[in-house]
Amino acid sequence: MVVGKSVKRVDAFDKVTGRARYTDDMADRSAYIVKILHSTIAHGYVKSIDKTEAEKIDGVIYIATCFDVPNLPFPTAGHPWSTDPHHQDIADRLLLNRHVRYYGDDIAAVVARDEVTATRAVRALKVEYEELPFVLDPIQSMQDGAPQLHEEFQNNILAHTRLSDGNYAEAITEEGLIRIEGWYRTPTVQHCHIENHICFASAESGKITVVSSTQIPHIVRRVVGQALGIPWGNVRLIKPYIGGGFGNKQDALYEPLCAYLCTKVGGRLVKLDVSREETFVSNRVRHAIQFHLISWLRKDGSIVARKAECFSNQGAYASHGHGIAAKGGGAIRQLYPTPNFECDMYTVYTNTPASGAMRGYGIPQAMFALESHTDDIAKQLGIEPIEYRRKYMMPVGYFDPFSKNVNYFDSLNQCIEKGKAYIDWDNKRKAYANQTGDIRRGVGMAIFWYNTAVWPISLESCSCRMVLNQDGTLQLQLGETEIGQGADTAFSQMAADAVGVPFEAVHIISTQDTDITPFGTGAYASRQTYVAGFAIKQTADILREKILAYAHKLYRMPVALIDLIGGNIIRKSDGQVLGTLGELATEALYSLTDSIHLTAESTYQIKSNAYSLGCCFAEVEVDIPLCKAKLLKIINVHDCGTLINPALAEAQVHGGMSMGIGYGLSEQLLFDERTGRPLNNNLLDYKLSTMMDHPDLKTEFVENPEPTSAYGTKALGEPPATPCAPAIRNAILQATGVAINQIPMNPHVLFARFREEGLL
Amino acid sequence: MYDMKALYEATSVEDAIRLLTEHPDAKIIAGGSDVLIKMREGKLAGAELVSIYKIDALRGISMDPDGTIRIRPLTSFSHITRDPIIQQHINVLGEAVDMVGGPQIRNIGTIGGNTCNGVTSADSASTLHAYDAIMVIQGPDGVREKPIREFYLSAGKVDLRHNEVLTAILIRKESYEGFQGHYIKYAMRNAMDIATLGCSVNCKLSEDRKTILDARIAYGVAGPVPMRAPSAEAAAKGQPVCPETVEAFAKAALNDVNPRTSWRASKEFRMNLVEQLAKRALKEAIRLNGGEI
Amino acid sequence: MQTALVKCTINGVPTETVVDVRASLTDMLRNDYRLTSVKKGCEVGECGACNVLIDGECFNSCIYLAVWADGKNIQTVEGLLGPNGELSDIQQAFIDEAAVQCGFCTPGFLMTAVEILESKKLYTRDELRKLLSGHLCRCTGYENILNAVEKTMKRRLGIPVE
Repeated sequence: MVVGKSVKRVDAFDKVTGRARYTDDMADRSAYIVKILHSTIAHGYVKSIDKTEAEKIDGVIYIATCFDVPNLPFPTAGHPWSTDPHHQDIADRLLLNRHVRYYGDDIAAVVARDEVTATRAVRALKVEYEELPFVLDPIQSMQDGAPQLHEEFQNNILAHTRLSDGNYAEAITEEGLIRIEGWYRTPTVQHCHIENHICFASAESGKITVVSSTQIPHIVRRVVGQALGIPWGNVRLIKPYIGGGFGNKQDALYEPLCAYLCTKVGGRLVKLDVSREETFVSNRVRHAIQFHLISWLRKDGSIVARKAECFSNQGAYASHGHGIAAKGGGAIRQLYPTPNFECDMYTVYTNTPASGAMRGYGIPQAMFALESHTDDIAKQLGIEPIEYRRKYMMPVGYFDPFSKNVNYFDSLNQCIEKGKAYIDWDNKRKAYANQTGDIRRGVGMAIFWYNTAVWPISLESCSCRMVLNQDGTLQLQLGETEIGQGADTAFSQMAADAVGVPFEAVHIISTQDTDITPFGTGAYASRQTYVAGFAIKQTADILREKILAYAHKLYRMPVALIDLIGGNIIRKSDGQVLGTLGELATEALYSLTDSIHLTAESTYQIKSNAYSLGCCFAEVEVDIPLCKAKLLKIINVHDCGTLINPALAEAQVHGGMSMGIGYGLSEQLLFDERTGRPLNNNLLDYKLSTMMDHPDLKTEFVENPEPTSAYGTKALGEPPATPCAPAIRNAILQATGVAINQIPMNPHVLFARFREEGLL
Repeated sequence: MYDMKALYEATSVEDAIRLLTEHPDAKIIAGGSDVLIKMREGKLAGAELVSIYKIDALRGISMDPDGTIRIRPLTSFSHITRDPIIQQHINVLGEAVDMVGGPQIRNIGTIGGNTCNGVTSADSASTLHAYDAIMVIQGPDGVREKPIREFYLSAGKVDLRHNEVLTAILIRKESYEGFQGHYIKYAMRNAMDIATLGCSVNCKLSEDRKTILDARIAYGVAGPVPMRAPSAEAAAKGQPVCPETVEAFAKAALNDVNPRTSWRASKEFRMNLVEQLAKRALKEAIRLNGGEI
Repeated sequence: MQTALVKCTINGVPTETVVDVRASLTDMLRNDYRLTSVKKGCEVGECGACNVLIDGECFNSCIYLAVWADGKNIQTVEGLLGPNGELSDIQQAFIDEAAVQCGFCTPGFLMTAVEILESKKLYTRDELRKLLSGHLCRCTGYENILNAVEKTMKRRLGIPVE
């Protein structure tokens, strides 16, 4: 059995030798180059674009402006399509926009013979705008009289939903309750995958082929069809290796525009390679959410009632929209169950870059607010913060009627135990209790709630194909994508065990090609290992049945008495090897009397979901005069069920922790209040952690096999990024006594707070 | 592919001066870590460039017979840090330029480029100020020398005419002998960052290590150009090595600086750093000199 | 178009290339030699994905003019394999330590690791962090990359690795 073993990645050799091919590596040098003209105002209308000078430049092939593109609004979110119009993603984008809604909006595109020419032509385009007032903050954007972004959404509210349990208004009238209130603010951040989004398109056989750096090839194919108003089958989407995605590429980005421009130059090859500066602004960002939490508590800390308001900054276009705030609100409701609960979630358009999916999908935001608030409660009531959590967090047996999720195990406590031990919690809490001086230390922690895949909000299905070769090896194909997380390796491990062949006998086809690859919606929602497990097992069973039926013919043994293990057909009773799968496969294909190509293909629809829980513990040293918090130690502990590949799981957690640390301490995309212009859209000014900004990252697991899962596994891709910021925040709280309710907790924020609190 | 109009590769300083004279709109490119980025941004798009990168005579560090340290402008940051003359006499300069960007940037970035672009945040500039560096400039009419304090004119502007080339940075013996210094780069990250504030302090102590004979301090980002803080220096000169001197030194520095508020940092925050870094850098400089505090 | 002849050694092979003077070394290596391990992540020297060795030192090839490569010795990841296609120790360590995820930053990191290892010096973990800090990675949190470099360094120096 290979599931559970730390086998080496199937793509590692190609990646360390530079052979792994990414989108740009596949583009022919003959490609025309596309460059986009982005708006230099935050809100208004393009009155005119003068192409005269640009068209004079030698090498310019075609210029499209917002006045040229079809009026076919399309949605971009990487969600499964819904056949119910009420559940479809909001279609509020055009290929190029005359109504400019943020600084950086796409208003024209140049196709030219080379990059320099395209860039010069973009610079030579003369734009006249009619400027309108703009708004950057969601709460201001909701006010009457604020600038309107999309006509059909009054007060810019894309969606408002309310969760309600019990009777909040009545419950808070109970005598003697302690009211604790806080506002918690999270920033706009960007995914910063090292490969920028890039795609190229060409037409052949009456179809448009788009090769793209995307997480979701089958979804992007549909969106390209919708945006161009052509049959979806006329689009072929190919996804090679990609240099990270983290949710940004869980959206149709520039594939529709690239495909459109290809049709405008006679189907010739056009390449659209997005710069880093554009990636920050004109792709997607994480929703900045402001939370307002009010808790009503008895002296023992029990939560009698809780009210939450979330104001989620959608930016200029709907993209993933309300899903993010809604997921966050659900987490707040479930992690500390409260009989009387009210939560209002608003997702609001503003004149900032469009917010989309990003690792954690609303949970990093919600965990920062909720776990900061929880420490504030514990502090105010004088209860040890872990003791407080143990008493009031989601209990074993908790059942969510909507998702039908059950908290089967005592995962949170088990994770907390491991985290406590590593950080030496009890001793350090005591040692750091009463510090004075310029440099102080603290330890803090946070737990997190997550769930796996998107059922029942959306479709969950996965298709798989297995094709047996003459030598008994097999090709494995799924629509679910390798984006760096190690999916191909995990799928290969599961398939090897399910079919009964050695790991080396599974040849996974990493590239998705929507003309060839079975349907699958792709990498998001930490779903793939969970959902693919079902499809792989089911497809393997079909293939095994065919193999054993053929073995029956060859070896005259009843199917019930034989098995396929480790690539051999064996007699179950005594383990005798009757023959190898290779021999069988060769015979099956070349038999002059009974030839058959043994293949299997199936779709599995998943109608379950699973909690994925855990915690983070952090130790910090705060230099008060310099306003710097230095992370000394950090650990994440996860229960993501059975580990398919422990080494890769650990590696994936490291990456999530790094993103969580950046979220807590340094990352933020800034905008000029006067113009809406992005200020730091490059990797120098946007403070993504370098190797010198981390301590060693420690990871541990608790493995309670998930009952609903084919392999006992559940979400791990996103959860690691969710608890780090509040754990660090709570460590700073212990060190300094100062509650920082805004991330990133960078020196600017610490300086202001330390002054307010009289530390400076 | 960069959007440049033409590239002229100079083979010698004289050749560079000739090319610059012939092409009045051309810009000098040394290592390119500044010029090429501006070109990519569009600021220098379509420009003509005179490359001096291949002039090996402008590389390296040596000591003149009178003890003057001669740093040639194309010496990369990493080579400065590894240079034995620097390590022995002005180690703080090697440490300071070892905080520029990351390793690859320190291999391509040059001290000449770092100073001639006139940027206040340059990690080399404050230490060069604090050591009274002399800039040697060659033009069509010959060679002239300029103290670094006068070389910086305003933000992004230095006293280098179009057809002039910086050929050396000199540190005189009296400027370094007996001094030990320390540089603190305050930035938001520990690598790949530009300074929010840079502070370079060096001092010379009496033989018994009880008195500060001389102290010099220079800042980056405390104003539009790198600057010395004369009030601070006066407050420490001749004073006993003690916490009170350090406090007075740091407080006095506030009189000399003029940082601005930008999205990168507020004036108030930078003022806080001006004081804090002065304290810490002086303490460390004293310690390096064998003093105890 | 202004061109220049660049004579240099690439992965041990002497080459002559007529380049557009506007080309970066990244452009030349990717387009003229299809050395696609040299990745483009920012093109302004901030991410390190295009890092190559020039005369044994690391440079971001995106901000290095191709014409400057004249007379230089250039190494990319494609040159690390042994004569029979065997992996170098540092490549194997990246595989063994699970230091590879999306793989986009990997070639750049490998070349800096080569420079570190070629120095034959023993560095502390913190020194290694500094030496590797010119590369951004969003997948790994750097942890396993650091482990791979540290272990390979120790193995080469004959120091036991736990």
